[in-house]
Amino acid sequence: MSLNEEVDLLRKIPLFAKIEPSKLKLLAFTSERLTYQGGQRLFQQGDVGDAAYIIIDGTASVRIRTDGGEIEVAELGKGDVVGEIAILCDVPRTASVEATGRLIALRITKELFFRLVSEFPQISIEIMRELAARLERTNVQLREALNR
Amino acid sequence: MESTIFRFILRYSKREQILLLVMTVISFPFLYYSLDLPKRIVNDALGAKGSTEFPVTFLGIEFQQLEYLWTLSGLFLLLVFINGGFKYWINVYRGRLGELMLRRLRYELYSRILRFPIPHFRRVSQGEIIPMVTQEVEPLGGFIGDAISLPAFQGGTLITILFFMFVQDPILGLAAVALSPIQAYIVPKMQRKVNALGKERVRAVRVLSDRIGESISGVQEIHANNLARLMLARFTNQLGRIYDIRFEIYRRKFIIKFVNNFIAQLTPFFFYALGGYLVIMGDLTLGALVAVLAAYKDLSAPWKELLAYYQRKEDARIKYEQVIEQFDLPDMMDAETQLAEPERPAPLDGELRASNLSLLDDDGEVQFEAVSLTLPPGSHMALFGAGGGGVEALAMTLARLSYPSGGRVTVGEADLHALPEAVTGRRMGYVGPATYVFSSTIRENLLLGVMHRPTGPAADDPDTRAALENAGKAGNSTDDPDGSWIEPDAGGDGPDPVVRLIESLSLVELDDDCYSLGLRGTLDPDARPEVAERILAARRSFADRLAEDPQLVDLVEPFAADAYNTNATLAENLLFGTPVGPAFQPDTIAAHPYVRRTLDQVGLTGDLLRMGRDVAATMVELFADLPSDHEFFGQFSFISPDDLPEFQALLTRLERVGAEGVSEEDRARLLSLPFKLIPARHRLGMLDDEIQARILEARAAFARDLPEDLQDSVAFFSADAYNAAASLQDNILFGKISYGQADSVARVGAVIGAVLDDLDLRATVIEVGLDFEVGIAGARLSAVQRQKIGIARALLRRPDVLILNDAAATFDAASQRRLVARTLEAMAGRTVIWTTHRPDVACLFASVAVMRGGRIVETGSPDELDREGHVFHEAAAQN
Repeated sequence: MSLNEEVDLLRKIPLFAKIEPSKLKLLAFTSERLTYQGGQRLFQQGDVGDAAYIIIDGTASVRIRTDGGEIEVAELGKGDVVGEIAILCDVPRTASVEATGRLIALRITKELFFRLVSEFPQISIEIMRELAARLERTNVQLREALNR
Repeated sequence: MESTIFRFILRYSKREQILLLVMTVISFPFLYYSLDLPKRIVNDALGAKGSTEFPVTFLGIEFQQLEYLWTLSGLFLLLVFINGGFKYWINVYRGRLGELMLRRLRYELYSRILRFPIPHFRRVSQGEIIPMVTQEVEPLGGFIGDAISLPAFQGGTLITILFFMFVQDPILGLAAVALSPIQAYIVPKMQRKVNALGKERVRAVRVLSDRIGESISGVQEIHANNLARLMLARFTNQLGRIYDIRFEIYRRKFIIKFVNNFIAQLTPFFFYALGGYLVIMGDLTLGALVAVLAAYKDLSAPWKELLAYYQRKEDARIKYEQVIEQFDLPDMMDAETQLAEPERPAPLDGELRASNLSLLDDDGEVQFEAVSLTLPPGSHMALFGAGGGGVEALAMTLARLSYPSGGRVTVGEADLHALPEAVTGRRMGYVGPATYVFSSTIRENLLLGVMHRPTGPAADDPDTRAALENAGKAGNSTDDPDGSWIEPDAGGDGPDPVVRLIESLSLVELDDDCYSLGLRGTLDPDARPEVAERILAARRSFADRLAEDPQLVDLVEPFAADAYNTNATLAENLLFGTPVGPAFQPDTIAAHPYVRRTLDQVGLTGDLLRMGRDVAATMVELFADLPSDHEFFGQFSFISPDDLPEFQALLTRLERVGAEGVSEEDRARLLSLPFKLIPARHRLGMLDDEIQARILEARAAFARDLPEDLQDSVAFFSADAYNAAASLQDNILFGKISYGQADSVARVGAVIGAVLDDLDLRATVIEVGLDFEVGIAGARLSAVQRQKIGIARALLRRPDVLILNDAAATFDAASQRRLVARTLEAMAGRTVIWTTHRPDVACLFASVAVMRGGRIVETGSPDELDREGHVFHEAAAQN
């Protein structure tokens, strides 16, 4: 897959939809494209966060350690962005992400990510939207849990 | 040391100086005859006197006039040769003598530096000492050769000529010397002031070199504090002082010269006036006057030489005295203590006892006092105390690096500070808080711990023999530095230190560092063919492992002669080898005429130019609006921020005139870009299959037609040959680590490690790592690595007493504790003293002595001391 194809893919992701193509090209060019085998982990819960990942191809599962062992809490696929929370608020990784089968991801380093966020307000807004949505989901789940 | 330069000369070169003198004296009769002959030729052979009757008898043979002229002229020619011969021999001998004496002087000065008391180095700077040994004494060598024979020769010549003049005519002789007394009175008077200025100049230049040395050592502070302006002003001030002094010296020197010249010019006046009068009156023959005038012309040369000699002598005298006073210290270690070689260094395995030890520093400040310690053989003790509490100074005194002001240290029966260094430096070990690492390999830095004396005969070749014989003549060391120096049985029986090198590395956890350095290092397959062979076996085994495991197979893209490697640059793909020397380096390869010819041959130039344009356009598009100091430029851009505008302009030109229209310079610029392309990394999609196939064609053509003179500029990849120009790791990989495989470097590293362990090659790699050059003062290593080298160096000789002066302070807590435990294990049964300010480290020792305010306040086992009411307990609680 060449740089241009990566750029096309990035444009379809809501987070990057409003960024001009040349900037997306820079983003793709300066990010590493990594291939993972099934079972390999993108990162491990508790690690220091140094990068966010955009899944280009394949699927991954988000797993959280509990007292009863690891459980899968979400499934990720093409176009999903993962790992941005740990680099945004400097907390250790809140979950592990493991490739389920062959996976290709674009690895955006913390520095680059911050640069994008500070340069393009659209990205900040998209991230806020995403975070708010997640918070809303969590609230719903919490309510359900309490009502049960 | 001899207090004046003449004492030094007489002490070390009396015989040579006498020989020179004798040869000089022997040469005088010939000189005299060569002066006398012209007179005979004019007067007798030419008959200027008019009284000669031919044939004449000369040396018992009869001569006619013409024959007589030929004979005398021939004799004159012969004398010219003889005089020249004498001069040549004397000059060469003198030069050689001067060089030998200079060599001796420098050696003496250097050996004194090695014996300076260590605290002295706090008062003198490198900047002052180095120029003394290197530059200041340099002119002394020339002077020493001339010291006695030159005044003898020139003085003798002068007297010979004067004698000749007096023989010709006493009055003319008198005229020639009439003004000399005046000169002899005035010149030294003027010279004295020049001498004083000379002394001042030497001092000022020393301050100057000190300034430079300080600026170099403190260059970080200068940058960090914006001190450049102040430094420049101070330096200027010093230059100004030197300028003033030197200018004053010149002025005075030229006044002296003027006086001398004036007097020398005045004398001929007497000759013409007086001599002319005498000739006219018939009291002097014209021949004699001609001869006297010729002689006088010869007279001015030695006279000038003598005056110059006088000035040089004064200069040399001052320089010598000024240097010597810096090297004659009252409390210097004597050479015997430093260099004496005992039959067999007595072991220091007795009880170590310090009694009432005290140390005052230069200002009379107490470093420590009333220290009494007893360490039975084999005890392991921590000296616990905060910095400045006297712990460091005590450790240095116990290691015999500084001398106590009071009290003494004994080991067994012997007074430690009276023992020769051959005992303390071999049976003791000391590691300070900042080990100095010499600019050499890691291996040599470790082995320095056991290189005390030559342990084998000097190399038996004529060059070495001659060099050592010459060294002996100059009073230098006659040990062969390239011979064998490694003590085979350092620290008792057991394997050779060379064998124990790797063991001592793992003791200080330096083996992993050396392993990675070794993987990056190179190996000479001609010198070690069996190792190269085994590395090739590792290459095959590595390839097999990767091929067998589908998880690993994509990690490395192997080199293949008939395939384009998408993880390598275009340059690497074209070369299919490792560049050796400057010709085909990544930055220059695109401009190399042979590369350009090859590209033309396979018709690639146009395509590469197009790619260059595309790369340039992409770079301009991506990076144009980034600030020029952005980190992305260094990490990702093919074009530096400074060049970016130029490429922008170039692209505009290209659009206007096309690829054929741009200048050769522009073409070269564009061509250089695609050579750096790595398809798997850059993903620019420019190197399609068709281009790749053509580059493979170019690869084949490049190798096939490579001219003779470029054969050595590239080491081609070959699946079954070791590549001497590539690193060990690259030789094992025989390919490129793939971009885009998660965690590839670490995973490849693990596979290499497994392969090397399988083939038992890890130690070999570590050994290659030992040959890593550490740079000036170990600058290419980290502070912790340097410290580890220091500790391994001391452990390598298995000392009876090992003193570690806060030697692991730069380590993190866990590795410091590990290191202490391992060291104590390795030193079981031998004495260890370890100073530390960390209670947790002190607790690892059998006993602890706690120091505070320069005194030992309590001693005991950690358990005894770590209780209520003990200083140690308080300190541990605070920690």
